This record gives sequence, structure tokens and C-alpha cells, in this order.
Amino acid sequence: MSLLSWIVTFFLMAGVFFFIVGSVGILRFPDFYSRLHAAGKCDTLATALVLGAVALFGLRDFDWNSFQSWENLRVSLKVMMIVLFVYVASPSATHAITKAAFIVGVEPWEKRKRNR
Amino acid sequence: MRELQDEAKLRMPWQDVILQTSVRILIPFIQLFGLYVIVHGHYSPGGGFQGGVILGSAIILMALVFGLPASKHYISENTNKVLSVLGPLVYCGVGALCILCGGYFLEYSALNTIVPLGEIQWHSMGIFLVEVGVGIGVMSIMIRIYRVLSSAGTIDQGL
Repeated sequence: MSLLSWIVTFFLMAGVFFFIVGSVGILRFPDFYSRLHAAGKCDTLATALVLGAVALFGLRDFDWNSFQSWENLRVSLKVMMIVLFVYVASPSATHAITKAAFIVGVEPWEKRKRNR
Repeated sequence: MRELQDEAKLRMPWQDVILQTSVRILIPFIQLFGLYVIVHGHYSPGGGFQGGVILGSAIILMALVFGLPASKHYISENTNKVLSVLGPLVYCGVGALCILCGGYFLEYSALNTIVPLGEIQWHSMGIFLVEVGVGIGVMSIMIRIYRVLSSAGTIDQGL
């Protein structure tokens, strides 16, 4: 395997790891806010890693003189634009959902219940 | 906790700096992508309907974050009405123009008699014109549906 394949494999494995961590967090965390925390952060990073691996994989066998290589480079740039979009959109969407829940009055989880 | 909630309730929902900044960054790119989907529709997945929905969703996003009056400042109701009529008019106009040039309805190669581009080129160009019409119509109707539903019929205040 070439060096590029190793890098792509590493990025894919890291992305899948963060997806799994986010899923476990959504299932296991106690309340709404911490679940959204897991979903927003892990999914953003994992999406960036997986799509970065896809963009790098499009650049294999890059040849300056072949037209197909430049087409692949264009596709890779489009994939990186998706990464930028997700990086801006996903955390702000999570912020909007969290703020809506806060205004409606979802109580955060505490280890010991306060006596009110 | 309770005081913070009351303070957040007092503010209008569109006074949120994080959302406003990110949406201000995103809206031009969403509109550019909508135009790309319309223009590139006959080579790749997409077309008039999908691109129109993306263009409309940019305006809907603006209305969600900055408030309905701000989006009305951007595209007013009268402009929206004109656009929603203009879309089907472009579609039917291209079709009727084909009839006037001696072809069937939407037979684009007949348009070669007006502008001599070549019959094969007019097949691509005619589909493109029709997609633009569909895109304009779908965009304005999406915006209209959102405005009517979110403000319960009166289009002054809403989400």
C-alpha cells in the first residue's frame, strides 16, 4: 500500500471512531443537552475526517497531463466545500435546537436533585 | 436557571448573534448552490424543482433567523407574486414559442428558426430555459407557503 492509502485509511478509521463515540453518547448520556453535545461535536469532526479521506482518495494517481486527474481534483474540491458547509452549519443548528429547548424550559440533568 | 430562561424569553427569537452570523455567511453559498443545481441540472442530479427549493430555502432560512419583516425587505410580497407568475409564464412561453415557430409544444428544435444556434444546441438550451422557469416558480411558491403558514395567513409578523 502506498503512503496515501495509509493516510486515507487512518482518516477513515478516525472518522468512524468519532461516529461511534457520538452514537454511544447519544444513547448513554442522561439528558437532552448532553446528548445534543455529543451529537453536534462528534458528528461534525467525524464528517470532516471521512469526507477528507474521500477527497484525498480522489487524488490518487495524480497526473499533471491527464484530464481525468483534474476532474478528480475538482470533485475533491467540491467534497471539501461540503466539509466547510458542515463545519459552519452543524454547530449552529445544534445551538439553535439547544436554545429552543432552553427557552421552552427543559431542565438540565444534575447528579443530586436540588430541593426546591 | 429560571432568571436566564425569562431573560431569553423576553428577547425576540431572531436576536441571536451566533445564528445570525453563521446564516449571514451561509446564505450566499446556498443561493450559489441553488443556481448551480438549476444550471447543471441536465448533466447531474438536480434540475428546476430541486434548485428552486434550495433557492427558496435560503430565503426561508433568512426569515427564520432575522424575522419575517427582514425577509420581506429582501423579497417583498409584490415581487414574490410577480415571480410566482413569471415562472409558469417562462415555461409556457417557451412551449408556445415552439408552436409559433412551427413545431409541437416544447419541441425545442423548432426555435432554430428564430436564433440559429443549431438544432442539437437548442435541445440543451430549451431545456435550460424551461428549468429556469420552473426554478423561479418553485422558489417563489416555497417562500409564499412558508410566509402564509408561519404567520397564520396575515403576512406581517411570524416566526
